[in-house]
Amino acid sequence: MTVPTRVKVRGGVGESVARPDGIPKVVGAFAYASDLWAEGMLWGATLRSPHARARITRLDTAPALALDGVWAVLTQDDVPGAPTFGQLQRDQPVLCDGEVRYWGEPIVVVAADDLDTARRAVAAIDIAYEPLDPQIDPEEADGRDDVFRRMRIRRGDAAATGEIVVEGYYETASQDQAPLGTEAGLAIPDGHGGVDLWATSQWVHVDHEQIHPCLGLDPGEVRCHPAGIGGAFGAREDISLHIHLCLLALRTGRPVKMVYDRAESFVGHVKRHAARMWYRHEADPGGNLVKVEARVVLDGGAYAHTSEAVLANAAYFAVGPYRCDNVVVDAVAARTNNPPCGAMRGFGAVQVCFAYEAQMDLLAARLGIDSLELRRRNVLAPGDPMPTTGQRIEGALPIREVIDALEEIPLPAEIAGNDPRLLPGGTGLTTPPDRVRRGVGYAVGFKNLAFSEGFDDYAEARIVLTPTGVEVHTAAIEVGQGLVTVCQQIARSVLGIEQVTLVADDTSEIGSAGSTSASRQTQMTGGAVHQAAVELRRRLLVQYDGDDLDDDGVWRRGEMVVSLADVCASGKVEQHVRFRHPETHPTDENGQGDPHAGFAVAAHRAVVDVDPDLGLVRVVRVDTAQDVGRILNPTAARGQVEGGILQGVGLAVLEGLVLDQGRILNASFTDYLLATTLDAPDVEMRFIEQPDHWGPFGAKGIGEPPTISSTPAVVAAIRDAIGCHLYRVPVLPQDIVGL
Amino acid sequence: MLIELTVNGEARVATVNGAESLLNVLRNELRLPGSKNACEQGECGSCSVVLDGELVCSCLVMAADCDGADVVTVEGLADDEWLHPVQAALVEAGGVQCGFCTPGFVVAAAHLLEHNPAPSREEIEEALSGNICRCTGYGAILRALESLTGGAS
Repeated sequence: MTVPTRVKVRGGVGESVARPDGIPKVVGAFAYASDLWAEGMLWGATLRSPHARARITRLDTAPALALDGVWAVLTQDDVPGAPTFGQLQRDQPVLCDGEVRYWGEPIVVVAADDLDTARRAVAAIDIAYEPLDPQIDPEEADGRDDVFRRMRIRRGDAAATGEIVVEGYYETASQDQAPLGTEAGLAIPDGHGGVDLWATSQWVHVDHEQIHPCLGLDPGEVRCHPAGIGGAFGAREDISLHIHLCLLALRTGRPVKMVYDRAESFVGHVKRHAARMWYRHEADPGGNLVKVEARVVLDGGAYAHTSEAVLANAAYFAVGPYRCDNVVVDAVAARTNNPPCGAMRGFGAVQVCFAYEAQMDLLAARLGIDSLELRRRNVLAPGDPMPTTGQRIEGALPIREVIDALEEIPLPAEIAGNDPRLLPGGTGLTTPPDRVRRGVGYAVGFKNLAFSEGFDDYAEARIVLTPTGVEVHTAAIEVGQGLVTVCQQIARSVLGIEQVTLVADDTSEIGSAGSTSASRQTQMTGGAVHQAAVELRRRLLVQYDGDDLDDDGVWRRGEMVVSLADVCASGKVEQHVRFRHPETHPTDENGQGDPHAGFAVAAHRAVVDVDPDLGLVRVVRVDTAQDVGRILNPTAARGQVEGGILQGVGLAVLEGLVLDQGRILNASFTDYLLATTLDAPDVEMRFIEQPDHWGPFGAKGIGEPPTISSTPAVVAAIRDAIGCHLYRVPVLPQDIVGL
Repeated sequence: MLIELTVNGEARVATVNGAESLLNVLRNELRLPGSKNACEQGECGSCSVVLDGELVCSCLVMAADCDGADVVTVEGLADDEWLHPVQAALVEAGGVQCGFCTPGFVVAAAHLLEHNPAPSREEIEEALSGNICRCTGYGAILRALESLTGGAS
């Protein structure tokens, strides 16, 4: 008997497979939403409020419409359907309803022959405002009960006490996702009253749900297509220009394109919530947590967006990955006239981690024990109840292993010496090397994976057999993180077929894949692809009595039974799957229950050099160990970890919106500082691979944990270097020198 | 006004209105969208091109000043058959995620290697410090370049 030698499928799970969009991106050929173009298209522009709160006393669009080359000038009166939109609460006007509630709120949109004309038309609009006092303090809003949501968690005995008590107050600034690609899109009327939209998005189906009611159209008349995305990090989870583009295209009957510039992008998307947090930790003399009390106030800004879900995370993860039987958390997301907030990488877990990890360090210092040792004494393990909700932890959660692995990474050599490029402040030569102080800090972070609290979280995928391989259809959005590659790898490993092509379907062609957020797509869309591939392979093997499958066809005992081409010739072969993760549930009035489908943990160790005279910080390195379930693509995983850490470093020492009466004072890349190559720390990482109870091949989402505990680790390192109390991020030079 | 310039070795003519930037002319008129518009104030380097041998942010260059200029964009670095070594190295090392900053990094890195074929790690970091990447944390981009210069990976 001849048995052909066939190699295992290449490009499967566990390999550092190169991304299929890599070459188009390096040669400049990849089409982003801002690169889209259609014959005869118009350009859109937006008139935005110059006040954080004001009543519009006069609005006359006629001067704009009178300009040559202007085709439409639309206000709220021109919205044919529902006047408001929103992902969880439909509270935001498509265009201003007469009162502006945040600086930069859209009031009028125009379409013109070119961008210059569109901008001139915006400037020509005759508008007058009566400014009102903006509500900018979230605590005052809380007092007025002007809130999006409150969370109340009561577990155990609120009267319990420990001998050792530490209290602290903490603040985190609002952070901008600052994806390099700004909001952009192209809407094309279909000629039958409907419209097709290609725009920056993390979730086309939830865009679609919000768009079509505002247009007064049936769901089938609007199609949202995935478009090329220049980064997301949460900024694309909510509607920005989507409805405006469709309105303009439908009104003019022509394709309309819109691209925000950077200043407009700063006001055009939701941001990470600024937070104020009060904490009280009580422990026994052995360092075991007895009680944790926390009050958390998030500034949600003017409209709801995803504030209620962000708040839930902040409350449920307020204690961190630690055992504690007595927990009291009161959290609120308040409505103000500050910029609206929503999703950003880490989604509520970031803010509280900064606070609870500072508290753990204070507690260790008070007890006189090593800060990692204190954490080891308190870490959660599978089967333990969550300190906040009481949910029993299912699946892998190797917290102790993560801490141990991090500690085993060697510390770097002493301070670099005289090379000014390696000193705080760089080549300004202002820091004398002998004044530099080094510090080391640790933090451990913790978050849920995928959607929670009973949300019907699913992802659809369809695998279609072709004569030469398979197509994987999904509406899941690739934002750069590598989902397309991972889905190809999963399909290859399961099917044994190497030729796998991802096809990005629009909202009319396939059901939702859910959002590219919450670290969920590797598990959710990856899970759907896995399940569809398992079922398709099984069907083919049963139908043809085979024992193996590859790019050639179905095999039995080393001989080919039927080719893929012949299988396809007998009719369309496809497998459609709607994948769901383990069921979750809303919690009760005390925040008790099972709201989460899974968890992931990471730990970070930062090493910083600080110039205490000038308050300058150089983040030398940030090492990490992370709970990953299983690594599907090592290079992609490393990229997620390094990129996530740098965003956490950004929040620690560079990034924060500066607000004055609701206005953003630093809405540009000149004034909002992003880390460059010179600011980026070296990173060494260890992956702890313990397969999770769901997710393809045991994989966990890995995108968010790098951003959660990197921030508190850096701040802990600065505290270690200079010995002063730092309670807010970003840490600025004046905080260090004590001005 | 009309300007004549050489873009990626080809003679091109463009109509320029007022203070329009070279970036806009490249993207919208000459239909070379590879150069990206991320900040339009010279902070992020996404629009980097080589103008008469100098690395510039094309968003800060007035197109009207480019009459007679020689411009190389990201589209001009690979030939029909082969990627530029910087392009190949970035794909291989995982230096591309969303890719919006990538054209700028490709142009800046190719320009660096043309003038300094064996830069140290510190020289690479300095040379690329005008290019912002929000996805990668720069690690994979630096490893890609070090793979071309004999540095440790």
